[in-house]
Amino acid sequence: MKRILVTVAAVGLALGAALFSASGQQKLKVGFIYVGPVGDMGYSYQHDVGRKAVEEAFKGQVETSFLENVNEGPDAERAIEQLVRAGNKLIFTTSFGFMDATVKVAKKYPNVMFEHATGYKREKNLATYSGRFYEGRYVQGVIAAKMTKSGTLGYIASFPIPEVVSGINATMLGAQSVRPDIKVKIIWVNSWYDPGKEAAAARALADQGADVLMQHTDSAAAMQFANERGIFAFGQDSDMIKFGPKSQLSGIIENWGPYYIDRVKLALDGKWTSGDFWGGFSTKIVHMAPFTNMGDDVKKLAADTEAAIASGTLHPFKCPVLGQDGKPIECKGGTHLDDGQILSMNYYVKGIDEKPPAN
Amino acid sequence: MEFAEAVIVTIITASTPLLLAAAGELVVERAGVLNLGVEGMMIVGAACGFAGAYLSGSILIGALCGILAGAALAAVFAALTLGLAANQVASGLALTILGVGLSGLIGAGYVGQRIEGAAHLHIRHLSDIPFVGPVLLGQDAFVYLSVALTIAIWHFLYRTRAGLILRAVGDNHASAHALGYPVLRIRLGAVLFGGACAGLGGAYLPLAYTPFWVTGMTAGRGWIALALVVFASWLPFRLMVGAYLFGGITILQLHAQAIGLGIPSQLMSSLPYLATIIVLVAISWMRGRAGSPAPASLGLAFVPDR
Repeated sequence: MKRILVTVAAVGLALGAALFSASGQQKLKVGFIYVGPVGDMGYSYQHDVGRKAVEEAFKGQVETSFLENVNEGPDAERAIEQLVRAGNKLIFTTSFGFMDATVKVAKKYPNVMFEHATGYKREKNLATYSGRFYEGRYVQGVIAAKMTKSGTLGYIASFPIPEVVSGINATMLGAQSVRPDIKVKIIWVNSWYDPGKEAAAARALADQGADVLMQHTDSAAAMQFANERGIFAFGQDSDMIKFGPKSQLSGIIENWGPYYIDRVKLALDGKWTSGDFWGGFSTKIVHMAPFTNMGDDVKKLAADTEAAIASGTLHPFKCPVLGQDGKPIECKGGTHLDDGQILSMNYYVKGIDEKPPAN
Repeated sequence: MEFAEAVIVTIITASTPLLLAAAGELVVERAGVLNLGVEGMMIVGAACGFAGAYLSGSILIGALCGILAGAALAAVFAALTLGLAANQVASGLALTILGVGLSGLIGAGYVGQRIEGAAHLHIRHLSDIPFVGPVLLGQDAFVYLSVALTIAIWHFLYRTRAGLILRAVGDNHASAHALGYPVLRIRLGAVLFGGACAGLGGAYLPLAYTPFWVTGMTAGRGWIALALVVFASWLPFRLMVGAYLFGGITILQLHAQAIGLGIPSQLMSSLPYLATIIVLVAISWMRGRAGSPAPASLGLAFVPDR
């Protein structure tokens, strides 16, 4: 009697376990970590739009979740591990500052797939991806040089990392292609997201004569201030026209959906591998917000520039790129600076009067 | 002259939320209660203030909502520390965390919305006088209120009997109780007032400074307000100096960066805090051996007849 009971129990358990793991394998759990709130209407918001696109495209096959407002620092590691332990098999960490934390967790869990945005450290199970935002910056520079009356641009920068510095340089190169004597004033707020500081920085730049503002921070504070003050500004990460109906010229919009859908499909098919993806206009990862508050001639120039960069006929960092001392930078990519040089840029180009920031 | 004028206007607006919250906290600490929940009260004030202004279309109603929200959270704090004699430090910290979370919840539906910011005073010919006009006569109501509040608090604390009693409660609650004063009720009033001021200070940000709501809007200003109270040695006018000093250096370092002085931005960002520390050291040094100026019963729970 006892033996029959034990056998029945064992079979029942085995069946249950099989069913349980089978149902567990049906849905792929995909996790996302954001540095800011989804409601920033900017950087993290766009990543979340991508996440929702994945849910739409793979209805029933994937289950997505996200953690927002995760600080870049020791807390990041804890948050990523939390996603791993919740059963997520593909995890996207969406900010530069999550780099070391992602590497640590990736090494600990070799069976989980990780993707890190805007970073440069890879593992067998850790891929990197980013957008060629500098292409958008170049177009913005072109527009700004056309629209400025004072000849001075204002730049609200976040942290002195190569991505931000190359963005400033690309802006200047684009502006110089229209107006060689253009000047720029830069303020580092040392934060990706602090509306109060961004507004104060915007005001300081405007008070010092800048009449076109650009930003590498994530809130709409500067755009709104520009609208109030009657000057121009560019949106960041998403279309901020609601905050700056009279001031927004354009902006760089990130469109992560297609990339996320591709990667999730590879994961579902079991073909996911680590790699590095850096897409710009040509892959639609980056595109410009509609051109507003400018004349038709400027619109045409901007659209033409965007098309030229997308098709490859124009490269924002085409050689010779002159350093602050006037000497040309070594041209490792043939006709333009190569990816490695752009990714490690820590100097300013000629025309920027300030000292390069300490990294 | 125009540039200096623009900078000073910016300094005044940047310092106003600090002054509003710190002034309220000064009264609370003078009554002997250490309220570390200022950041939480500021940010719920910001969230509710924006919601109120957005729904009603009136900045005044928004400000009132901010005040009520701050006071409501302060009421929770009072229930814990005065009603249950809980540890004031722990309760305050818990309330900050609660406040930050609540603000995110309340504000979630309002992200991406915008309102018309608070109107600025404009007297027909006077406001156009260069320098004096915009600086003194062209600000919004919150700025004038913050200055009036500081003066009113000074008058209350040092020129009225009620203020004297409040200070007595803060310095020695046992003696005050022995004299028959309702210590807990006085402290309750002070805590609610402090919460209301913090709520108003927080509401200033989405109503006047940057007229939209985003999570984490106060970005630590509540903690700075707390530090300013200590910096001011619990004296109202020194508090005003401290608030404008801190706000001033914060703005000036941004301008210095824009001018291109070449000093690392991280060092510039730390300047306001460094300046505060330097002034604190100077004040303590000048005081010599006179001891701490803090209210003697600050942070001590009052339990009658024990």
